Amino acid sequence: MDKKGKTMADKIPKKAWLLISFAVAMVLWYVLSIIPATSRAFPNVVVVLSSIKTMIERRVLFGDISSSLISVVLGYLLGFVIALPVAILMAWYKPVRFIIEPWIQFIRNIPPLAYVPLIVIAAGVGRKPQVIVITIACFLTMCITIYQGVINVDETLIKAARVLGASDKDIFVRVIAPATLPFILTAVRLGASVALTTLIAAESTGASAGLGMRIRSLNNSFESAPMLLYIIIIGILGITIEKLIKYLERRLTSWQEKREI
Amino acid sequence: MAGEERNLTNHDDSRPVRVKIDHVRKVFHTRKGEMVALNGVTLDIHENEFICVVGPSGCGKSTLLNIIAGLSEPTSGAVYCDGKEVVGTGTDRGVVFQQYALFPWLTVKKNVMFALEMRGIKGKKAKEEAMKYLQMVQLEKFAEHYPKELSGGMKQRVAIARAYAAEPEVLLMDEPFGALDAQTRTQLQTELLETWQREKKTCFFITHDVEEAIILAQTVIIMSARPGRIRDIVKIEIPYPRTQETKMTKEFMDLKNEIWGQVYQEYLEVRK
Repeated sequence: MDKKGKTMADKIPKKAWLLISFAVAMVLWYVLSIIPATSRAFPNVVVVLSSIKTMIERRVLFGDISSSLISVVLGYLLGFVIALPVAILMAWYKPVRFIIEPWIQFIRNIPPLAYVPLIVIAAGVGRKPQVIVITIACFLTMCITIYQGVINVDETLIKAARVLGASDKDIFVRVIAPATLPFILTAVRLGASVALTTLIAAESTGASAGLGMRIRSLNNSFESAPMLLYIIIIGILGITIEKLIKYLERRLTSWQEKREI
Repeated sequence: MAGEERNLTNHDDSRPVRVKIDHVRKVFHTRKGEMVALNGVTLDIHENEFICVVGPSGCGKSTLLNIIAGLSEPTSGAVYCDGKEVVGTGTDRGVVFQQYALFPWLTVKKNVMFALEMRGIKGKKAKEEAMKYLQMVQLEKFAEHYPKELSGGMKQRVAIARAYAAEPEVLLMDEPFGALDAQTRTQLQTELLETWQREKKTCFFITHDVEEAIILAQTVIIMSARPGRIRDIVKIEIPYPRTQETKMTKEFMDLKNEIWGQVYQEYLEVRK
């Protein structure tokens, strides 16, 4: 709030702002499509939408979406399943932390695209390397986030439980688990975003279908309309997943004092 | 009271001893070397006694409380509760923390039920019991609220209800009202005294507020600056119930001057 009282920005409902924002983007897009310098990269809305038909006729659109979703979901779930116990072990056992954490930080800063060739050499082509790349990226992000959550559990809460007679098991199940839940959900959200942003790298492993793979192949034939369409599809998938997880977060951690990490 | 012989072991109380603190010494190993937090603290806490501990920050008040609670171990010496040596926490000793320490994911009622469930009281019985303890602190209307929806004073009331629900013999309170505004603090002091007189619990209460110590306690312990030792023990003979008017009496003022003077000297020591 910059000023007291209702400013013009407050008077207009949030939904209306969304429409305005959409309209502005559309105008910008239109402008880009008529400027000679950018018109080749940004064909207008009508051309992009009509490429939906083209891609369906080529019998690739739905196959690409489902292939990418399968890789993303598999890699993401695997990453989470590995990250959760590793994060807890790291938080509880110092040797585990001291050995693993530096490497997680190290690898996390390397763009996945850089190590993809190594994974292809090791795992061959097809679905397997795609899933592995996404798993690695998701694991790194989720592991660090969950680990931070577990070590940041307010110690007074553990003390409070202990003086009330709680056993170690009680403390884990009834204090540490719920106290960490917000961080786990944040990890789930960050992981989902990482899974999608790693998609292009993952599908550069000689995939036969997929949104990322298709963008690369369309690039070779300079078909910018379907390329833009695919980029927008990835964006829509991303924001939908994020909204879903945020909804889940709100439902499960409404008790929190402050939110939005 | 200068010149009077100071009794630094309060063994003269006729009530049975609940907690015996026996030559407790606590040394912390820090990066800068050893830090003696407590040195040779000996004290008896009697049944139903209300003890307040005052002293400058860093005098080891909280360390002493943690040792009695079993959250920390003495380097040497020991604490006995009902004759048994204290090893680790136990439900005979309840703690109220300054930061409330309520479980934010549980409603007010479920926070109190946590204490009951740890005692093996489950289901419907636990719910009924929890409401009883919430009535004790007049928060039954807020049973279904989450801690984030309560004010600081209300949160601390819930914490007190939860501590009582564990049915401890001794209630240890670590500056419980330190984070509250003056008005709320006064109100909670009055409520705490009422509860204490009704429920007959032994209270060990840490504060840095001398007035708070005198209005609440039967016995005020003044701790010296690091290393923490007992500097003086002052008996407060003002009869209960004590009210805000008590603070206007000469007896109260004199005690305040006497105790505050000693605390201030220790405060100067810390600054040196």
